[in-house]
Amino acid sequence: MSGHSTYEPKTGFERWLDSRLPILRFAQDTMVSFPTPKNLNYWWTFGGILAMMLGIQIVTGIILAMHYVPHVDYAFNSVERIMRDVNYGWLVRYTHANGASMFFLAVYVHMFRNLYYGSYKAPREVLWILGCIIYILMMGTAFFGYVLPWGQMSFHGAVVITNLIGAIPLVGPSITTWLWGGFAVDDPTLNRFFSLHYLLPFVIAGVVGLHIWALHVPGNNNPTGVEVKSKEDTVPFHPYYTVKDGFAISVFLILYASFVFFMPNVLGDAINYVQANPLQTPLHIVPEWYLLPFYAILRAVPNKLMGVVAMGGALITLFVLPWLDTSKVKSMRYRPTARLYFFIFILACLVLGVCGAHAPDDLVIPGFSGLQFLDANINSYVWLSRIGALYYFAYFYVITPLLGLTETPLPVPDSISTPVLSHPASAPTGAAASPEKRG
Amino acid sequence: MLRKGFAVAALGLAVLAAPLAGTAVAATTQAEPTEQAWSFDGPFGKFDKEQLQRGYKVYREVCSACHSMNLMYFRNLGQKGGPFYDPKYPNPNDNPVVKSLAHDIQVKDVDTDTGDVVSRPATPADKFPAPFANEYAARASNGGALPPDLSDMAKAREGGPNYIYSLLSGFKQPPAGLKLDPGKYYNPWFPGDLTGSWHGAKDKVPEGGAIGMPPPLTDGKVTFDDGHPSKIKDEARDVAAFLTWAAEPKMEERKSFGVGALIYLLIFSILLWFSYKKIWKNVAH
Repeated sequence: MSGHSTYEPKTGFERWLDSRLPILRFAQDTMVSFPTPKNLNYWWTFGGILAMMLGIQIVTGIILAMHYVPHVDYAFNSVERIMRDVNYGWLVRYTHANGASMFFLAVYVHMFRNLYYGSYKAPREVLWILGCIIYILMMGTAFFGYVLPWGQMSFHGAVVITNLIGAIPLVGPSITTWLWGGFAVDDPTLNRFFSLHYLLPFVIAGVVGLHIWALHVPGNNNPTGVEVKSKEDTVPFHPYYTVKDGFAISVFLILYASFVFFMPNVLGDAINYVQANPLQTPLHIVPEWYLLPFYAILRAVPNKLMGVVAMGGALITLFVLPWLDTSKVKSMRYRPTARLYFFIFILACLVLGVCGAHAPDDLVIPGFSGLQFLDANINSYVWLSRIGALYYFAYFYVITPLLGLTETPLPVPDSISTPVLSHPASAPTGAAASPEKRG
Repeated sequence: MLRKGFAVAALGLAVLAAPLAGTAVAATTQAEPTEQAWSFDGPFGKFDKEQLQRGYKVYREVCSACHSMNLMYFRNLGQKGGPFYDPKYPNPNDNPVVKSLAHDIQVKDVDTDTGDVVSRPATPADKFPAPFANEYAARASNGGALPPDLSDMAKAREGGPNYIYSLLSGFKQPPAGLKLDPGKYYNPWFPGDLTGSWHGAKDKVPEGGAIGMPPPLTDGKVTFDDGHPSKIKDEARDVAAFLTWAAEPKMEERKSFGVGALIYLLIFSILLWFSYKKIWKNVAH
């Protein structure tokens, strides 16, 4: 998509097609000859893993939709029928349900990698923003999908989340009613959630196309954060990265398969195997693990509207990150101070996740009664999630801007090849090209 | 997953407001299920067929008086991996044991000549009939409590079979100071909050809850055809195993498929690793 195309049509048909629809040229330039920095580490393989996950979710989802009945009276039983009577239905459904978790696991690794190596910075802001859009679409898709089995947590989770919209002043309640298609979460809600759950993955696929397009204009960032300077900094995508990504995908599939085949329900909530009953609220309503940090931020704020604003703000913040970061150095490899704050940021996200899984009034340290501070016990998860949320926002709005201005980064190499080529054991220059000619 | 200690506000809306209310919230407690060694544990675990058969007998003679299993058909008993599977009858509808087990049970049908509702012996294609016509009938016969459907019970509770085993074999005399309503029974493994019924020391509220189900099992209540002992614990174990199979009838197929899939992926990964090493051999990176 960018730079000089290396595609040469070899046959008459290819020449004919190339002057009408250069689709083979496009494929060659994006998936075969695309110059890719040669120093990408395994954290860079998650893009390929995510593409595979999207494919798996769409394929398994289409099969599930052939057997699923989006109706409050039949939805739960139709999912059970898939598990019990459809040939390999259990495989398709467990692959899909655990696939959501694996998809989010991969996207979180992908995003944290991005933060660490400063990949969101110029000239990749649009690439990053498209990624954030994909992430939010994924959250929506996952939420709609979780409602479909119509278990207890499906239903009551849908009630809690849709009620958040009701917090918007004036129009909130009307929007909620409009969204529900009635005055409660009911059959019309389930039907439209099914429709949207089927739609959004294709929207995601479209944005993924844009994401890859936006990747191929500036090209990949890399662990040094130094832009590609010459041809010797890069290798063609195929076979170098097809084989490396392929290996990583295969290892990732081992993890995925371990969940699907040996612990398919550990990531889910047991209560969702009880059919939805609007009159019986579960003791503790929690979203799936991948949404817990945002759920914790929501509950950390002692006002519903402000809680929704904080949760939305936590996501919106990601979009403006490229302009909050003042550092000229991309990679935290050369920013020891930033690295420290980054690891605390990861910790804060994990702590928020734990907070989201606990009841707000639970004691963090059991046995220690703590003391009341303002509206809650200082030893409760409310206060822990407030500390976590505070750090989340401080990291983006205070630490990131200030650090870029105040820190002294380590010396940055002149080019990608400098640090590797100066390495004593490394191969001579130009070794990257044409491996197929060597053994 | 961790759902202890959260009082339910009646409306979903209030769930969000709960942390703000600042009122003392009552705590739901239950005892940790006691871990049992099951034949179906682990990646190579398989169901013990005889145990499933005994478990079915417990369900049929005891549980089914109050509990439905609406997702189960008699044919399931004879399908591959089921308690009465016989390789001679790949179609479970032909299995004579399954046929006779179904035949023992009466199901409702409609007489196509008259339109009258009639009873007839079940066939393998029939669902397990529910003991009550509807929820109201079920509650009316059980002091207001609704006996839950057992089809998915082993998946629908934390601890699965361990929970079912612990609950069924764990009924206890209420400790002194615990005054339960008539028709309620003390069980430390049943989730609940006994603060309201507790008249002892404030910080010693017993763990567990008051369950509407009277202790269903007694020693020797079910006589097993294979002569297996039938103490309460045996009956509880066997029915817990049966319910695990009923909740996850494809578990054996899933695990054996999984072992193959993992071996394949492992070999594939090793091959890709060596391909990777070979292709990158001459690239400094």
